[in-house]
Amino acid sequence: MTDKHDLTLTINGFDHAITVDARRTLADAIRDQCGQTGTHIGCEHGVCGSCTVLLDGVPVRSCLIFAVQCEGLAIRTVEGLAEGDELHPLQRSFIKHHALQCGFCTPGFLMLAVGILENEPNIADADLRELLSSNLCRCTGYANIVKAVRAAADELREGR
Amino acid sequence: MAKVLGQSVERLEDPPLITGRARFAADINFPHQLHMRVVRSPHAHAEIRGIDTLGALALPGIHAVWTADDISDIGPVDFRADRSVEALKPYRQPVLAKGRVRYVGDPVAAVFADDPYLAEDAAELVAIDYFELPAIVSADDPPGEFAPGTGTEATIIPYSYGDIEAAFAEAHAVVELDLLTGRHSGVPMETRGAIGRYDAANDILELHGAAKVVHRNKETLIRMLGREPSGLHLYESHVGGGFGIRGEVYPEDVLVLVAAQRLGRPVKWIEDRMEHLMCANQGRQQHHRARMAVDAEGRILGIEDIFHHDQGAYIRTHGVVVPNLTMCLFTALYRVPAYHARAHVRLTNKTPCATYRAPGRFEASFVRERLMDAAAAKIGIDPIEIRRRNLITKAEMPYTIAYDEPEAKDGEIDSGDYTLLLDKTLAHVGWDILGPQLKARRAHGELVGAGIGMFLEEGGLGPSDGAKISVDTQGDVEVITGGASLGQGFETSMAQICAEALGVDYRRIRVIHGQTDRIPYGIGAHATRTTVMTGNAVNATALAVRGKALDVASEVLQTPADELVITDGTVTQRGKATGPSITLGEIAGLLAPASKNRGAHAPGLAAEEFFNTTETVFPYGIHFAVVRIDGETGGVEVERFVVAYDVGRAVNPMLVEGQLVGGCIQGLGGALYEEFAYDERGQPLAVTFADYLMPTAGEAPDVEVLLTEDAPSPHNPLGIKSAGEGGINGVGAAIAGAIDDAISTPGAVTRLPVTPQRMRELLRNRQA
Amino acid sequence: MKPAAFQYHNPLTVEDAVATLAEVAPDQGRILAGGQSLVPTMAFRLATPEHLVDINGIEELGRLAIEDGVLSIGACVRHAAFHRPVLEGGFGAILTRMAGHIGHYPIRQRGTFCGSLAQADPSSEWCLAAVTLDASITAQSTRGGRTIAGADFIEGIMTTALDEDELLVETRFALPAADTRFGFVEFSRRAGDFALAMALASFRLSGGVMIEARLGIGGAEDRPRRIGEAEAELNGQPPGTPAFEAAAAAVAAELDPMEDAGTSAQYRRELAQCLARRALESAAS
Repeated sequence: MTDKHDLTLTINGFDHAITVDARRTLADAIRDQCGQTGTHIGCEHGVCGSCTVLLDGVPVRSCLIFAVQCEGLAIRTVEGLAEGDELHPLQRSFIKHHALQCGFCTPGFLMLAVGILENEPNIADADLRELLSSNLCRCTGYANIVKAVRAAADELREGR
Repeated sequence: MAKVLGQSVERLEDPPLITGRARFAADINFPHQLHMRVVRSPHAHAEIRGIDTLGALALPGIHAVWTADDISDIGPVDFRADRSVEALKPYRQPVLAKGRVRYVGDPVAAVFADDPYLAEDAAELVAIDYFELPAIVSADDPPGEFAPGTGTEATIIPYSYGDIEAAFAEAHAVVELDLLTGRHSGVPMETRGAIGRYDAANDILELHGAAKVVHRNKETLIRMLGREPSGLHLYESHVGGGFGIRGEVYPEDVLVLVAAQRLGRPVKWIEDRMEHLMCANQGRQQHHRARMAVDAEGRILGIEDIFHHDQGAYIRTHGVVVPNLTMCLFTALYRVPAYHARAHVRLTNKTPCATYRAPGRFEASFVRERLMDAAAAKIGIDPIEIRRRNLITKAEMPYTIAYDEPEAKDGEIDSGDYTLLLDKTLAHVGWDILGPQLKARRAHGELVGAGIGMFLEEGGLGPSDGAKISVDTQGDVEVITGGASLGQGFETSMAQICAEALGVDYRRIRVIHGQTDRIPYGIGAHATRTTVMTGNAVNATALAVRGKALDVASEVLQTPADELVITDGTVTQRGKATGPSITLGEIAGLLAPASKNRGAHAPGLAAEEFFNTTETVFPYGIHFAVVRIDGETGGVEVERFVVAYDVGRAVNPMLVEGQLVGGCIQGLGGALYEEFAYDERGQPLAVTFADYLMPTAGEAPDVEVLLTEDAPSPHNPLGIKSAGEGGINGVGAAIAGAIDDAISTPGAVTRLPVTPQRMRELLRNRQA
Repeated sequence: MKPAAFQYHNPLTVEDAVATLAEVAPDQGRILAGGQSLVPTMAFRLATPEHLVDINGIEELGRLAIEDGVLSIGACVRHAAFHRPVLEGGFGAILTRMAGHIGHYPIRQRGTFCGSLAQADPSSEWCLAAVTLDASITAQSTRGGRTIAGADFIEGIMTTALDEDELLVETRFALPAADTRFGFVEFSRRAGDFALAMALASFRLSGGVMIEARLGIGGAEDRPRRIGEAEAELNGQPPGTPAFEAAAAAVAAELDPMEDAGTSAQYRRELAQCLARRALESAAS
C-alpha cells in the first residue's frame, strides 16, 4: 500500500515542494526530502528530543508527527537560527559555556530552548531546568546546557 | 603571544555543530545508495531451521536479501590484532548467524532496499523457522555448552601476587562481600551508522561513519575481507558520542562493505534506537565475591576477589580486556601486600559486552571501595581515615605492582600525591563542618549521608603515535593525526598543543583525524590515550616544523635561530617589537618545491614525527557524594557531587571539566538509573528510552570539579595524563557509601543500580 | 523504526471524521490526534493501523470552554493548554499541576487531553482526573452521540468503553464547588517518566470536618480508580494526620497493584500509600 502526497513544507521561511508517503515522519522529510540534516534523529520514539523543531512557534518532536500533517505550518530548524553569519544568542551562549561536546543533541536542545524562551521569557531557574529535562544529552551532564540557556535568557530579556 | 596551552579557549568544533552543518553518519549520502535493514533474532537462544526470503524479495524496491549462506566466505568479526587469543576464537560473532542465534538481536539476515521504510517492510517478511533452546541468562548459572566441545566459561583469568593465605591467617579482621554491578552501557545519542562504498576507479573500498579506532579497525577489516592495505579506507566524520562502545567493528560494518562491492551500489545502514539497545556493546555486569584482611589499625593485609564476568553472547573485538582491566589496577592507590583474583569469563544469551568508559575500573572501584567502607565499619574507624592509612605515599613513587602471572599486566605508577588530593577534597567540601551537619540532620530523622570513592586510572598507552603538520603559503596550518574525535574536543586540544609549540593562533589550525587515507598509522581514541599519545606526537611534530621555519628565517633575517621567536605566525627577533620579520606563510612560499629561494632545504614547511613510549600515565581522583533519601518512595537525590582529579597538566581545563562532569552523570546513571535487565528467557526488558533510564537535567546535580595539576607525568614532555574516564570511575563507589551512611547501615548497598524499589528493600531490611 | 504504511485521511468536520471512521474502523482504522502515544507504537510496529483519521484539522474540536458551570475540553485541546490555569481557584490549579507531569514540554504541545483518555494508559494523569473528578465523556459516531461517565470509560490497560467507530469529541467536568481543596502527587523514576503511582485527592471542609472526599489512585492498577474505603476514612473527620494515615492505609489494603520487571506489587502498594497521604496533606495545606 502506498499513499503518496504532494505537499509543501515551509522550513525557515523557504518552501520545499515534496512528495511523501503518509507514513513518512516530519523528521525524515526534513532531513531526506528537504536536505536539512541539522535536525537529528536519536530515538524515533519521542523520548530523546534530538529531533526537536519549532512548529508554529512551539517545540515538538518531529519524529512523532507525519510530514503530511505539516503543510502550511511554519517549521523552524537549527539551520534557521543564525542570521547570516550572526549567531543566535543561544548559539553563542552554547559555545561560550561549553554546552556541547559531541554536538548530536545540540540542535534539539537549541530548538527546545528557543521555544521555551520565546514562550516563557521570564522563566524561573527551577522551571527552566525542569523543561530542559525534556531532551537527553549523554556528554555534558547538562550543567553547562542549563548555564548556557540561563545566560542567553538573561541576554534576550535585557535586549528586549 | 599569550599562552594557549592550558587555557580554556573556545572550541574549534562548535561552529558547524551549533548551526546544523555537521556531518554525522546519517547525514552522509551517496547517489543511488541502497539502505540496509538487518533481520534480527527474536529469541535469546535458538536453532535456525530454515530461512525463507522470497516474500521479502517479492516487494518492489528490494534488491537483495542475504543470509549467512550468501557471505560464507567471510569469517566472524575478528579480534583486534593486539587482543587476539587463540583459545577465544570459537566465541567470535559471525557477521550473520549461521545455524544458531545466541541473543535477542543477533543478526540473521540483511535486506537491501531503495528506501529505509521499504527495507523495514521487507525485513518483516523474512520468514525464519526457529527452534527455541534453553537460554543461559546469568553468569552465575552453571556453565553450559557453547558449541560441541566448547563450554560457556571461555576462560578463567588469574591475577595474583604476595602470600594471600598468610594475609588472611594473620588478619585482625576480615570483611567479606557479595557485590553486583548492573549491566549498562555508553548509549551515545547518535546511534551507530555505516556507509559502504566501492570506488571501482581506484579499486578502493570505503567505510564512512567509522569512529574511535579507524586504523585498528582497518587492520581488522583487511584481514576479514582479504583486501590489501591500500585497497580499504575508513573515514570518520562527526561522531555523536563514543564512550568506548561506538567505533568498534560490528557485523553491520562488514555487511555494508561486502554489499557495496557485490551489489555495485553504495550501502547505507543507520541503526535504530531499539537495535542499539539490543545490539551495541553493553558492559559492567560482574558478580564479585571479595574478601579483605586488615590488621588492627585498618591496614590492608590482602584482598581476594573471585568474580563472574557476564560476557554476553559472543566475545567481540576487545577479547577479554574488561575482566583484565578489572583486576590489573584493582588495588589502585592503596598499599596491598597480597592480592589474589580470578575472573570467570562466561558467555550468556544476552547482548555481548565490551568496553564502556572506565571499563573494568568502575566495577573494581565499586568493589574495592565497598571493602574499604566495610573494613572501616568492622574495626570501628572512620571511612576516610582507613583510606588515608592505606594510601601509597608520594615518597613511594614511582610505585610498581607486579603480578606473578606472566600474562598479567603490571602497573608502573608514574607519579601521584594521593594524600594531598584527599586533603584538598576534604577542604573543598568543608568536611569539618559538613560532616557534623550531616550527622545533625540524621539525628533529626533525615536520611542523608556522604560517601567517598578513590580511584586510580591508567592512560596514555603507547607504544607510538605520529602526526603530520604542514603550513601553507597563507600561514594556515594543517595537522593530520591518527587520533579520533568523539566529541571530547580533540581538534581544539591538538590545535592548542600545536599552536603553543609552533607559535600560531590555534584558530588557524585545521586538525584532521580518523582518515586512513591521510595518514597510515593512528592510535584512535580509546583508553584515554589520545591526548597523551597524539598530543605528544603533535607537540614533537610542531617543534620540528618550528625548527625548520626558524632555520629558514635565520637565513632570511640574518639572525641566529636562537634569537628568533614565532608569535602569531610571524618570526621576529627576540625582544624587538619592530624590526625585520617574516611570516610562516612566507617561509612556506620560500620552501615551495619550485621556489628559487629554497636552497638546500627539503620542499615544504612540513614535518612528520612520532611520539614513542613504553610507559603509561596514572591520573587519579576522588569522588565525593552527598545523598538524601526519601525513605517512603526510595528515591535517592544527589545533593552534592564532587569530582577531585589530578590530570597532570590540563591542555584545556574547560574541556577536562566537561569530560569529568559528563562522565560523572553517566556514572550516576549506572549507580541509580540505568540497567539492561533481561527476563528468565533472555528477553531484553530495556529496549526503548522509556525503559533504559538515562539521567536528564532533572536528575543531574551540578557536579563540582576540583581539578589539580600536582602530579604531572614524568613520562612525556607535556606532563599530561588523561581525563576521559576520571568522571565516571568512582561514582558507584561514592554513591554506595553515601547511601550506607544516609541509612546508617554499613554495607547495605551490595548491588548497582540502587533503584527506588531496591532502596525500599534496603530500608525494610534495616528495619527487620 | 519506521511506521508501516497507512492511508491518511484528514476530515475537516466531525461529521466527515465519524463517517470516515465508520468506513475504515473495521479495516484497522484509528483516530490520530496528538499522536504522542500512537506514533511511537507505530514506530515499533506494535500498532500497524491501515488508516489514520487525522482530526487535527477540525477546528471545533480545539474548543476549550467554561460555561454554565462546566469545563468542556474538545478532542484537540493540547496538554499545554493547561500550562496556565484555565480557571481561577483550586480546580484550575490542580489541572495545571497535573499537566506538568505529562511527559515533557514538547510532548505537551502536541498531545491532547482527550487523546490521553482514549489511550487509557494506567499511568495517565488525565485518566485519573476523569475518574476521580467524575468527567463525562462524549462519544460520537454515525450512529449518534452518547455520554459516558469517567468511572465507566476506562475498562483496563489501553481499553476504553469507546466502540471502534466512535470518536471521543469532548470531555466535560462539572466545576467543583469553589471551596474544594485538591492535592496531587506522583512518583516517577525520572522527570517526565510515566509514574509508578499517583494520587489525586479532593475534599471540602464543613464545620471543621471533611466532606465530599475523593481519593483516586493511578498508575498502580490496570486503571485508575477511586478508593471508596479510603474516602470513608476521610468524610466526617477533621483533616490531619490520623485521618490521612487511615485513608492511606485503606488504599494499601484495597489496592491490587500491577507488577512488572522492575516494580513489585509490594513496592507499588507502599508507594501508593505514601502518595495518597501526601496528596491529602497537599490538599490540606
